[in-house]
Amino acid sequence: MKTLRTFGLGLILAVSVLFISLLFMGQYKLTSATFEKFIKLNNITSSVFITDLENSVVDTEFSTPFYLANSIAKAVESANAYHKTNKEWGQVIWTKPHSLAYQIVKSSGTGIVVQNKLRLWFLSFGLAILGALMFMLPALNLKGPPGIKNNHIFHSSATNRGWIAWFVFVFLILFYLVLYFRPSYMINWVYLVDPVSESLSGNPASQWFLYGFLYCVIMSVMAVRMYIKYRHNKYQVLRTTSVLFFQIVFAFLIPEILVRFEKPWYDFKNAFPLDYDFFFKWNLDELLANGGFGLFILVWGVLLTLVIVPVMVYFFGKRWYCSWVCGCGGLAETLGDPYRQLSDKSLFSWKVERWLVHGVLVFAVLMTGLTLYGYFAGTYKVLGVKVQTLQDIYGFLIGSIFAGVIGTGFYPIFGNRVWCRFGCPLAAYMGVIQRFKSRFRITTNGGQCISCGNCSTYCEQGIDVRAYAQKGENIVRASCVGCGVCSAVCPRGVLKLENGPEEGRIGSSEVLLGNEMNLMDQLQDK
Amino acid sequence: MEHIAIIGNGISGITAARHIRKLSNKKITVISSETDYFFSRTALMYVYMGHMKFKHTQPYENWFWKKNDITLKKGFVTQIDTTQKTLLFSEGEPLSFDKLIIATGSKPNKFGWPGQNLKGVVNLYHKQDLDAIETYAPNNTVCKHAVIVGGGLIGIELAEMFHSRHIPVTFLVREDSYWSAILPSGESEMINNEIRKNGINLRLESNLKHINSDANGHVKSIVIAETGEEIDCDIVGLTAGVSPNIGFLEHSTIETNRGILVDRNLQTNIKDIYAIGDCAEQRVAVEGRRPIEAVWYTGRIMGETVAQTICNKETLYTPGHWFNSAKFFDIEYQTYGWVNSEQHMKPNESHFHWMHQDQTKCLTIAFDKTTQKFLGINTFGIRMRHEVFNRWLDQNKSVDFVLEHLQIAHFDPEFYNTYYHDVLKKFNSENNRNLELKKKRWSQIFTLKS
Repeated sequence: MKTLRTFGLGLILAVSVLFISLLFMGQYKLTSATFEKFIKLNNITSSVFITDLENSVVDTEFSTPFYLANSIAKAVESANAYHKTNKEWGQVIWTKPHSLAYQIVKSSGTGIVVQNKLRLWFLSFGLAILGALMFMLPALNLKGPPGIKNNHIFHSSATNRGWIAWFVFVFLILFYLVLYFRPSYMINWVYLVDPVSESLSGNPASQWFLYGFLYCVIMSVMAVRMYIKYRHNKYQVLRTTSVLFFQIVFAFLIPEILVRFEKPWYDFKNAFPLDYDFFFKWNLDELLANGGFGLFILVWGVLLTLVIVPVMVYFFGKRWYCSWVCGCGGLAETLGDPYRQLSDKSLFSWKVERWLVHGVLVFAVLMTGLTLYGYFAGTYKVLGVKVQTLQDIYGFLIGSIFAGVIGTGFYPIFGNRVWCRFGCPLAAYMGVIQRFKSRFRITTNGGQCISCGNCSTYCEQGIDVRAYAQKGENIVRASCVGCGVCSAVCPRGVLKLENGPEEGRIGSSEVLLGNEMNLMDQLQDK
Repeated sequence: MEHIAIIGNGISGITAARHIRKLSNKKITVISSETDYFFSRTALMYVYMGHMKFKHTQPYENWFWKKNDITLKKGFVTQIDTTQKTLLFSEGEPLSFDKLIIATGSKPNKFGWPGQNLKGVVNLYHKQDLDAIETYAPNNTVCKHAVIVGGGLIGIELAEMFHSRHIPVTFLVREDSYWSAILPSGESEMINNEIRKNGINLRLESNLKHINSDANGHVKSIVIAETGEEIDCDIVGLTAGVSPNIGFLEHSTIETNRGILVDRNLQTNIKDIYAIGDCAEQRVAVEGRRPIEAVWYTGRIMGETVAQTICNKETLYTPGHWFNSAKFFDIEYQTYGWVNSEQHMKPNESHFHWMHQDQTKCLTIAFDKTTQKFLGINTFGIRMRHEVFNRWLDQNKSVDFVLEHLQIAHFDPEFYNTYYHDVLKKFNSENNRNLELKKKRWSQIFTLKS
C-alpha cells in the first residue's frame, strides 16, 4: 500500500515535470499565408503593424512560443502608439495585445506537441490522474477505519505553510498570471485539449477551455479524495457529488454544447453579481441577437439573482449555492479541502472581511448600475466616468486578480476560501440574507461543547465557531457557507446544520449549560 | 474596588472570571503557573496528533484579557494566609485579595508504583505533559513501544495519540472490560472491540506491578502484576484517574478532605474563600452525584455559579440533569440522565439495549422497572439533542414516550441514516409491545418562546 502511494506520488511529480517542460517544446512559425488570412479575418488595417511583423517574425521559425508572442504584442503596442499620435483611429487595433498574440500563436504552432495531441494528453492528464488515484486510494486502508482522520495536518509541510505549500503557492500564482495575462505562453497545454474541445463545441480549444477542462479534472480527482476522507459522512458525500455535477454539467458541458448549436456560451448556475459581466453591453447585445433563446437566458439570469437566490437562501442558507452548486466553491471544497485549516480566525480578519466583501458588492452593483444606465441612455460615459474604464478596473482587480490569482493562488497559505470570504459579491449578497432572513443555522447542542477548537480550526471561512458553541449559542453568521465540516470534526456531537423556524433561531438552545439556576432570569436578561 | 483573586486558569477559574466581569467591574486577577493564557485541556491530544496547533486550543485571543480588564499573573501559590487575605508565591511579592476562588483542578493519581517517577513516565493533563510526550514519543523510532496504565477516558485518548504516530501500544486495564465501572457491558464490549480494531493491544484484568529503569533513569520496561510478564517500552502513560490538586493547602486553615470542602454555595469554611471545579468537594453531595466531579462541564457550571454569588447574588450549585460526552477512537459517546453500569445499577433500574449490526452504533435506555419512568440514555455513534432530553427528564417522561419520539432528539448531520424503527422493533419484540415511531415536528424540537 505504501509503495503504491509512493509510486503514485512519483508519477505525479514526473508528469508535472513533463507538463511544465511541454511549455518549451515545439516549433512556431507564422507563415505569410496564415498571417494574411488572420489580417483579413480580423480586418486589421494597420500597415505599421503588418510591415513590422513581416520584417521581424513572419516566416521565421522559433523553438518556443514566447519570443513570437512578445514580438506580436509589442508590434500591436507600437503600431497603436503611432496611430494614436497621428489620430488614425480607424487603424488602431482594439484587441488587447496579448489576446491578439495568443490568437496568432495558436495558429503558428507545429512540431511535437501539435502532432501528438492525444498521445501527450494521455501522458500528461492521463498519467497525472492515474498517479493521483494511486496516491489517494491507499488512504482507505492506511488511514484506518472511516472517521475524522486529521492526523499530522499541522505536521506536514504541504498543509502547514511549509516549503511545499510555498512552492504550490508560487506555482498557482504563476499559473493564473499566465492564464489571464500571457495565455500564449501556455499554448502547448491548450493544444493538448484541442481534440476534446472539437468533440464538444466543434471549435479548437481556447485557454478558457483548457482552464475549464483542467478545473473539471482537478475537481473530479480531488472529489475522490473527499469521498475517501468523508466516507462516513453522507452530508459531505452528497455535497461533493452536487458541486461536481454542477461544475461538469452546468459550467463545462452545457455551455460548450450551446456553442455547438450556435447559441451563446452560458453557465446557467452562475448568478450575477458573481457573473459580473452579465449586464455588460456586449453580453446583452449577444443575448438579444439570439432571439428567443437569448431572451430566455436574460430572463433566467435576472430571475436567478432576484428571486431564486434569495428564496433558496431563506430556506436553506447560502450553502445551497456556496457549497452545493458554485464552481468557485466546488474547487475550494475539493482541491482546497486540504487547506481549510489555514484561514485566519482573528477578530481583525473578520473586520477586514466585512469591509472588503461588502465593498466588492457595492462596487459590482454601482458598476452594473452605471453600465445599464449607459446602455439604455446610449452613452459610454455616465456621471463623467467611462463605463468601459470602470468595467476594465473591475475585471482586472476583482475578476482576474482577486477571484483567480488570489482566490486560488492563496489556497496553500491563507486557506481555500479567500475569494469566497473576502471577495465574492454574490456571497456578500447572500450573506446579508442569511444573517437576517433565513431558516438556516448551526445549532449548538446545549452544553456539550468542551471548547476544544476543532470546529474553529477547520472552518474554511475563518468563523470562530467555538466562540458561539461554548456559550451554547447557535451560529448564524453571514459568511457561513454551510460546508458542514465543523459538525464533522466535532468530537462531542455539538454542532448540527439545519433549517428550522426563524423564531428563536439565534439563541434557541438558551443557556442549557447544565446549570439550572435562574435560567428564567438569564432569559429575561437577554 | 473589591479584588477577586482566582487561582487556576482552567475552565472553572476562567468561567468564573468571565462571568464576574459580565456582572461587575470588580478587580480580577487570575493566577496560573501552567500557562500564560487559558487553553482547552481537552484538546491537548489533538495538538500531538497534528489536528491543531497549541494556539488553536486557546478559546480567546491574547488581547481579550486586557480588553476585559482581567489581570493574568503567572506564579505558583505556595500558601494562602486566610487571616491577612494574602497569597504567597514561590517567587515575588505577595498578593492581597478581598475574595478568593480556588480552582486548581486535579493532579493525576500515582499509586506508589516502583518507577513511577522515571523519565518517560507521562500523563495527559497539563501543557507540560504534552511537552513531555512530544519529547519522549516524537515518532516510532525513538519510541518503539508505549504502555498505558488505566482504563478511563484519558487512557484511551493517549492510546489514540500514540497510534496516530504509529507507535505500538499496550493498554493495561484493571477491570474485565474497558470503563466497565461506568458503562453497561454491551457498550463496554463494543469499545473493547473498537480499541482492538485500531490495533491497540488491550490487556484486560491487568495491573501494573512496577516500571523498570535503564542506566539513565529512563523507562525501559514494565511488569504486569498478574502474569509477571515484562513488556519493553520507551514511554509509560499513567492514567489511573485524578484527584484534587490541593497539596499547597496542607498547612492552611482551609478545611479539606480529598478535595476542598465546600457548601452548596461553593464557599469553603473560610468566609470569602471559594473553591470550584475539580478541586472542590461538596460536603453533602448533590443528589445522585459524587461529591467530587472532575468533569469539564461541572467546572464550567461551578464557575458560573460562584460568579453570581460573588456578585452579590447568593446562588447554590444546582447542576441540572447529568450529561457528558466523549469519543473513543471513531465512536462518539453522549449521555443524558443516568445510565449505570451493571455493578452500580439502582434497585429499580432496568435497561433496554440496542446495537447496530456494524458494531459502531448502539444505545442504552435506563428506566424505572415499576413506574416506567425514563432515567437516562447512552448513545454511541449517534448524536442526540441535549435540549430535548433535558426537557424529557424535567417532565418525567416514560420510556415509551422517549422511544416513540426518538426522532425528535436526533442530532446527527442531515442525510444520515436513522435507526429508530429498528430500535423500536427490538424493544417491541423484547417487551411484547406495540410502540410506533412518531413523526418529528419542529415545534417539538425547538422550545419556542411563547
